[in-house]
Amino acid sequence: MKYLKQLLSILLLMLAVTIFNSCKPKNAGSAVSADAASKAYVPPGKYDEFYNFVSGGFSGQMSVYGLPSGRLLRVIPIFSVDPEKGYGYSEETKPMLNTSHGFVPWDDQHHTELSQTNGEIDGRWIFANANNTPRVARVDLTTFRTTEIIELPNSAGNHSSPFITENTEYVVAGTRFSVPPDDANGDVAINTYKQNFKGYLSFISVGKEDGKMDIAFQIKCPGVNFDLSHAGKGKSHGWFFFSCYNTEQANTLLEVNASQRDKDFIMAVNWKKAEEYLKAGKGRKQTVKYAHNVYDEKSHTATSEIRTEVTVLDSKELKDICYMIPCPKSPHGCDVDPTGEYIVGSGKLAALIPVFSFTKMQKAIADKAYDGEYEGIPVIKYEAALHGEVKKPGLGPLHTEFDGKGNAYTTFFVSSEVVKWSIADLKVLDRVPTYYSVGHLCIPGGDSKKPNAKYLIAYNKITKDRYLPTGPELAQSAQLYDISGEKMQLILDFPTIGEPHYAQAVAADLIRNKSVKFFKIEENTNPFVSKGEGTTKVVRAGNKVDVYMTCIRSHFSPDNIEGIKAGDEVYFHVTNLEQDWDVPHGFAIKGANTGELLIMPGETQTLKWIAEKPGMFPFYCTDFCSALHQEMSGYLRVSPAGSTVPLTFSTGTNMPKADSAAKK
Amino acid sequence: MKNKVFFTLLLISSLVACNNATDKSSPAADNSAATATTAGGQENVQDDASAKDIVKVAISSPDHTTLVAALKQAELVTALSNAGPFTVFAPTNAAFDKLPAGTVDGLMKPDKKEDLQNILQYHVTLAAMKAETFKDGQVLGMVNGDNVTISIKDGKVMLNNSATIVASIPASNGIIHVIDGVLLPPAKK
Repeated sequence: MKYLKQLLSILLLMLAVTIFNSCKPKNAGSAVSADAASKAYVPPGKYDEFYNFVSGGFSGQMSVYGLPSGRLLRVIPIFSVDPEKGYGYSEETKPMLNTSHGFVPWDDQHHTELSQTNGEIDGRWIFANANNTPRVARVDLTTFRTTEIIELPNSAGNHSSPFITENTEYVVAGTRFSVPPDDANGDVAINTYKQNFKGYLSFISVGKEDGKMDIAFQIKCPGVNFDLSHAGKGKSHGWFFFSCYNTEQANTLLEVNASQRDKDFIMAVNWKKAEEYLKAGKGRKQTVKYAHNVYDEKSHTATSEIRTEVTVLDSKELKDICYMIPCPKSPHGCDVDPTGEYIVGSGKLAALIPVFSFTKMQKAIADKAYDGEYEGIPVIKYEAALHGEVKKPGLGPLHTEFDGKGNAYTTFFVSSEVVKWSIADLKVLDRVPTYYSVGHLCIPGGDSKKPNAKYLIAYNKITKDRYLPTGPELAQSAQLYDISGEKMQLILDFPTIGEPHYAQAVAADLIRNKSVKFFKIEENTNPFVSKGEGTTKVVRAGNKVDVYMTCIRSHFSPDNIEGIKAGDEVYFHVTNLEQDWDVPHGFAIKGANTGELLIMPGETQTLKWIAEKPGMFPFYCTDFCSALHQEMSGYLRVSPAGSTVPLTFSTGTNMPKADSAAKK
Repeated sequence: MKNKVFFTLLLISSLVACNNATDKSSPAADNSAATATTAGGQENVQDDASAKDIVKVAISSPDHTTLVAALKQAELVTALSNAGPFTVFAPTNAAFDKLPAGTVDGLMKPDKKEDLQNILQYHVTLAAMKAETFKDGQVLGMVNGDNVTISIKDGKVMLNNSATIVASIPASNGIIHVIDGVLLPPAKK
């Protein structure tokens, strides 16, 4: 009987399981196939195959993911303060966020661009743009730190940036918001846009060896909105292409008023010609004000310098620098294929994708196949530059990247999909849905001469039900597709930081072996470094006190400090003496309204702290460093102003009186 | 006996789970890898709390059943559930009925999907435009690539001189202008 009961139970259980299985939605298999998990799986302890550098949108930072796992490896602070890294809190890093407007703690970061040599990613630096207070940053890929930031005068809304030429000769920046030039009166009626507002393109030169950035020249253009850009490559090297919208020059309700014209433009810029004019002295020196901030890796200190001059070339006067190519309906993406022959303009309101031919454009210029001028710039006849149109590709085309095999992949915001098409015959080959409302996409090397087209990542604007809900705000999603076959296959969905606006990816091998493990203490040139515990000290000059402190597993030197008085301005210069990979120390002291520190091995970082009132103030290490991390602490005593308590500091010797007496 | 009750309950609960999974209202009801993603787009997001988008507004209107059926047939439901912002000119059932007999039925056939898409996309433009902002002579670029011309007569907004806006309904991702005629895109050259 018991046996029978058991049998019955098993049968019933089997029946239940069958019913469970039979009720999967019939169409689900088509969205994610069974081998997806194995394709995105990276076993514990194994490295990913690619680094994916994803802009952080409104967070102002850049995040780094491993692909195909989608694991978050690091958030690199660039244009916003970052408590996790101490960036913008330590005295050494504060100057990085200085601008002509003063300290800007939070900006908006939209595009990332890896440096290239001969049109291929070289793994040296990655550039990032700040949209709001226009700047371009360079991140060093040996340290994954922001090493330089340059502000852009005559600009507002630096969106069309930081795209580079094929040998990283220049990083460009086109202004999204045209404004009156910095040396003109900006106090004008807003509805005088057409007369007073101008759009500037900045060409920032990049030092071949050291990567140092300098604004080589700017080009003054008509007042429009520059949206995106890409350099020519190969045969079109020497040219740069910028998408422009609001050629209506509307100054209000752009939602409607900047969508009036059937065609806006892709602006082609002959930057080699611009260089010639610059050399010939055709530029005008303009007085402006912009910050240039550099982080020195040896002193672990940033300096900010305000520069006051820029050279401007006028597109209206110098006729053969700029040309307008008509492009339907508010072009957004402006992408150049790996051969440099085809320029894809994606009008976000357009029902087709025009593909322009560099060769035909050159011929049109030679033949003067123009359709008049736009604000003094020749307008090339649409058909004269056109290779062809991708008809009915989807709704709301935005951005295109390439696989190097003759195919292009374009995102469609409105129809939430990625469409693969053939450049030669402009035929749609495949389409996959994204979840939801995709903006940019990324293929490793997908905007370079040599794509590494194993994966495609779609960066979506809307998340809704993709993850467990977390209140009104949801992490935006990225979707990973395997594009090694003819059909694109969705294999992974992962959350991101801020808005994953654009991203670049590169084979990990190009970067991982160059990664710095620690900073050499003997090379530390910070003026407040202590290279050993023997050189630690506390120095008073008036009410300013400099504490030269060290940290090593598991104590601070000094860890007892007395004689600080209320009202003192105390600077803790903390040097991490460790010379070992992945052993940072943190420094926090009670009541510090200036933040905390995080100090890498071999580095010196400084926290400013005001001794507000008498009392006892513990300090300790915040980054779990060792078995005795909880012991890694100290005390700072604050006495009233005018107190006679002498300034003393020590580690391990400040014993209770009774103990000292007993020892004698 | 106790066992029997338990398994009956188990059976019922699995059936209930089945209903949840098949009606697609809860896309993540089943956590197995194969069902993690349902086909379709934002229209499948289960959310009864937020303001209704254009598709949901249209579905809730008894005067737009023809339009809703056509949007489904033309696979425009996903797009119109998107963030927008859209202006949708929504012909009423009566407007569709004014077309020559058999027109709608013909367009609903699978081999006419492209024609249907072309017509419906001719009723949508990006940007949420309120009726009072339209100007006489204004030209709107529609999603299908063709233009619609606005005219204003006696305070009424007309499109291509063939359809009049009779009501406007705001939606979370744009605005619906109910019109009394179907707009026909210019013949392709």
